[in-house]
Amino acid sequence: MRTLFTIAGRELRSYFSSPVAWVLMAAFLALGGYFFYALLTAFNQMLMIYSMMRNPEMIERFNLNDMVMRPLLQNLTVLLIFIVPAVTMRMFPEEKRGGTYELLLTSPVRVSDIVLGKFLGGFLLVLAMVLLSGFFGLLLIAYGNPEIRLMLTGYLGLLLMATAFLALGTLISSFTDNVVIAYVGSLFTLLMLYTIGWMSETLQGPAAAVIRYVSITEHFQEILKGVIDTKDLIYFATVVVVSLFLTHRSVESVRWR
Amino acid sequence: MIEVVELSKRYGDRSAVEGVSFTAVPGQILGFLGPNGAGKTTTMRIITGYLPATSGTVRVAGFDVFEQSMEVRRRVGYLPENPPLYDDMTVVPYLRFAAKLRAMKGGDIPGAIERVMQRCALDKVADRLLGHLSKGYRQRVGLAQALIHDPEVLILDEPTNGLDPGQIDEMLHFIKGLAPNRTIVLSTHILSQVLESCEKVVIISDGRVVVEDLLSNLTRGQRLDDAYKQAIAGA
Repeated sequence: MRTLFTIAGRELRSYFSSPVAWVLMAAFLALGGYFFYALLTAFNQMLMIYSMMRNPEMIERFNLNDMVMRPLLQNLTVLLIFIVPAVTMRMFPEEKRGGTYELLLTSPVRVSDIVLGKFLGGFLLVLAMVLLSGFFGLLLIAYGNPEIRLMLTGYLGLLLMATAFLALGTLISSFTDNVVIAYVGSLFTLLMLYTIGWMSETLQGPAAAVIRYVSITEHFQEILKGVIDTKDLIYFATVVVVSLFLTHRSVESVRWR
Repeated sequence: MIEVVELSKRYGDRSAVEGVSFTAVPGQILGFLGPNGAGKTTTMRIITGYLPATSGTVRVAGFDVFEQSMEVRRRVGYLPENPPLYDDMTVVPYLRFAAKLRAMKGGDIPGAIERVMQRCALDKVADRLLGHLSKGYRQRVGLAQALIHDPEVLILDEPTNGLDPGQIDEMLHFIKGLAPNRTIVLSTHILSQVLESCEKVVIISDGRVVVEDLLSNLTRGQRLDDAYKQAIAGA
């Protein structure tokens, strides 16, 4: 257990000792801020138009959660598809290239400590990003009256998405000693997982149901609506556990070959 | 104590190591010789548990490398061919990390770091990033990492690689000083280094052991490089 934290600590420190963590956080928050600004401006403009038209029923239906928060969180998940692979791409390739993989694997360290340590290090970075993006929510609370419970559920959904992405990225990074392949492989996988739901619209019967279940977006949408259902939580937990289990296998495979 | 018995490693059809056997005992530095690509690094990687063997057994300090890998890894210090350094770390945090990986107790770590830094003469570069160190210092930090937990077995893959002549002498002298209560295997392809530091020699060529003998027997009546050339040619 202690070794797990040692490895997580080194991982986290390596993100912050180079500009990597800062650049990733800055990109995520700057683009997020831009999305937030654009959505909020559009919201205000609509509000103004309907006020001038003196249309109280329409104004009644105006809602910060539906018109700003929900699309913002959706956009942030798209950003994470590009950012999380940059977090995970160095995890294993850098160790393999730098020769430090030999140090890790010839030390009395369990493979699970290596895998979970790296995952935990990456998770703390991603958690920091999600928490910092909570600033947008705080602004809405300060200047408007969104539904706070709904907003918190939305952020939980964002964190679950980030964690699932991170686990998949960790797995793919363990397959290769090349950071570019690790990045593109993860990007490809995450985009597929994100968009596979589109197929369900043209399919019918059980195939459509299976694809809808596999699609990460379906589960995220449910959480965005404010519904925390066990079946969605189980989905995210499954993605994380299966990815990390396979990572364990992939690291161990050095010892079988 | 290291006992290697009938060790083989195949990659598909290609055989990297074939039926290698030898024994290394405490207090005696074993020089592991052979041309590039003879299988030295592969053999050392198997001894340290980094790679699995296709067949054969290796026992280190009485433990089987495959069956009791953790016990072996606790007792071995390993300097791979390229020192395993994190370029974004400085010397002290790196050694602390290596000590924790070896499951050392928190209280013992500062003393151990001080000891290896002094032994490997690293005080001058204590605050430098590992990525900025010269090859010689990188090699020394790599050795410090292998020594941090005071292991009874040391596997050193070309420890003098990239050092200048003065540093080579220093390094060999230093390794000799470690020998009295340790089992040390040191690989190299430079024969003069063997004469300087080793008591026992194993020569490997094309994945097979061609000579296993005491240095004193091998150099009786002939020069080491003649014995070496003969052994390689005969293989």
